[in-house]
Amino acid sequence: MGFVTELLIAVFLVISGVFGLVGSYGLIKLKDSVQRLHGPTKATTLGVGGVLIASMIYFFAQNGQLSVHELLITLFLFLTAPITANFIAKTYVARHLRPRDLPDSTSEYGWSVYDDPPETIRDE
Amino acid sequence: MIRYLIPHPLLSLTLVLVWLGLVNTVTVGNLVLAVLFGLVLPIFTKAYWPDRPKLGNPFKAIEYVLVVLWDIVVANVEVAMIILFKPEREIRSQWVPVPLDLTSAEAITVLAGTITMTPGTVSATLSADGRSILVHCLHTDDPAALRDGIKSRYERRLMEIFQ
Amino acid sequence: MITYALIFAAGCYGLALLMNLWRIVKGPNPADRILALDTMVIDVIALLVLYGIWQGTAIYFEAAMLVAMVGFVSTVAYCRFMLRGDIIE
Repeated sequence: MGFVTELLIAVFLVISGVFGLVGSYGLIKLKDSVQRLHGPTKATTLGVGGVLIASMIYFFAQNGQLSVHELLITLFLFLTAPITANFIAKTYVARHLRPRDLPDSTSEYGWSVYDDPPETIRDE
Repeated sequence: MIRYLIPHPLLSLTLVLVWLGLVNTVTVGNLVLAVLFGLVLPIFTKAYWPDRPKLGNPFKAIEYVLVVLWDIVVANVEVAMIILFKPEREIRSQWVPVPLDLTSAEAITVLAGTITMTPGTVSATLSADGRSILVHCLHTDDPAALRDGIKSRYERRLMEIFQ
Repeated sequence: MITYALIFAAGCYGLALLMNLWRIVKGPNPADRILALDTMVIDVIALLVLYGIWQGTAIYFEAAMLVAMVGFVSTVAYCRFMLRGDIIE
C-alpha cells in the first residue's frame, strides 16, 4: 500500500473520530433538550461516513475491488438519521412543550402534534 | 398490463441494486434473484404505495444531492465549532416556522430530511394541514434570512424536481 | 500510520460511548435518553467498522448493517411508544 493511500485513510479516520467525539460532547455540553438534538444527528453522520470511506479505500487498496457494502451502510444511515431526529424532536415537543411555547404556524391550522388534520386530508 | 406487473419501476430498480450491493458480487444467479425480488416485492406491497411519485427532472435530482452533500460537510464543521467554542449563554436557539409551497408528500419528506441534515437546523413537525414546517435552529440572529435560505436553496430545487 | 489512526479513532468513539452513557444516566427526560441510545448505536457501528479494518476482514460489515437496522427500528419504536403509548396500531 502506497504512502499516499495510507495517509488518506489515516486522515479520514482521524477526522471521523474527532467528529464522532464532538457529536457526543455536544450531547453533554448543550443545556436544552432540543439543542442537544443538533450534536449527534450531524456530527455522527459525518463521523461514521468518514470511517466507512476510510474502510472503502482500505479494502480497495488491499483487494483491488470496490466494496459496495460501505456505500449501502452510509446510504442507510443518511436516510434514517433525519427520520429518527424528527421522531425524537416530535416526542419532545409532544411531551414537554405546550402550543404557546411554539411560534404560530403560518397556516390556518396549528402544529400537527396538537391539532387534528382537516377532514379532506384524513380521507385520502 | 405492464403497469399492473411493474407498478413501481423506480422501486423495482432500487431493490435490484440494493440486493446486488448486499451480496457484493454480481453473478448471473444473483442477478436473477435480484430481478425476481424487484418484480415480486412491489406487487406484494402494492397496498402501501397508493400512487406513484412523479420525478420530473432526474438531472436536477443529481444536482440537488451534490448541493446537499456539500452543505452537510459545511454544516458539520459549523455545528462542531458552535459546540466546541461558543459559550453556553451566547447560543441563541429558536423555533422558526417555514411556510411551504410544496404539496406532494414525497417532496415534503425530502425537504424535512434535508433541513435536519444541514446547517444547525432540525425539522420537528408539520402543521396539521401540511402547509408549513416547524424548524428548530441551533444558533441564529436572523430567522427571516434562515427561512428565505431554506426556501430558495432547497425548496425551489425540489419544486423543479417533483413538478 | 494506519494503526495509530485506528487507535485514535477507536479511542474517540470509546470516549463518545461513555459520554452517551452519562447522558442516559442523567436524563432528564425520555427524549434525551432515546437520543443518547440512538447515538450509541451509531458509535457502535463506527467501532465495528474500525475493528473490521483492524482485522483486515470484511466480515464485520454484515454485523454493522444489522446493528444499523435494529438500532433504527428500536429508536422509532421507542419514540412511537412515547408518542402514542402503542407501537403497532
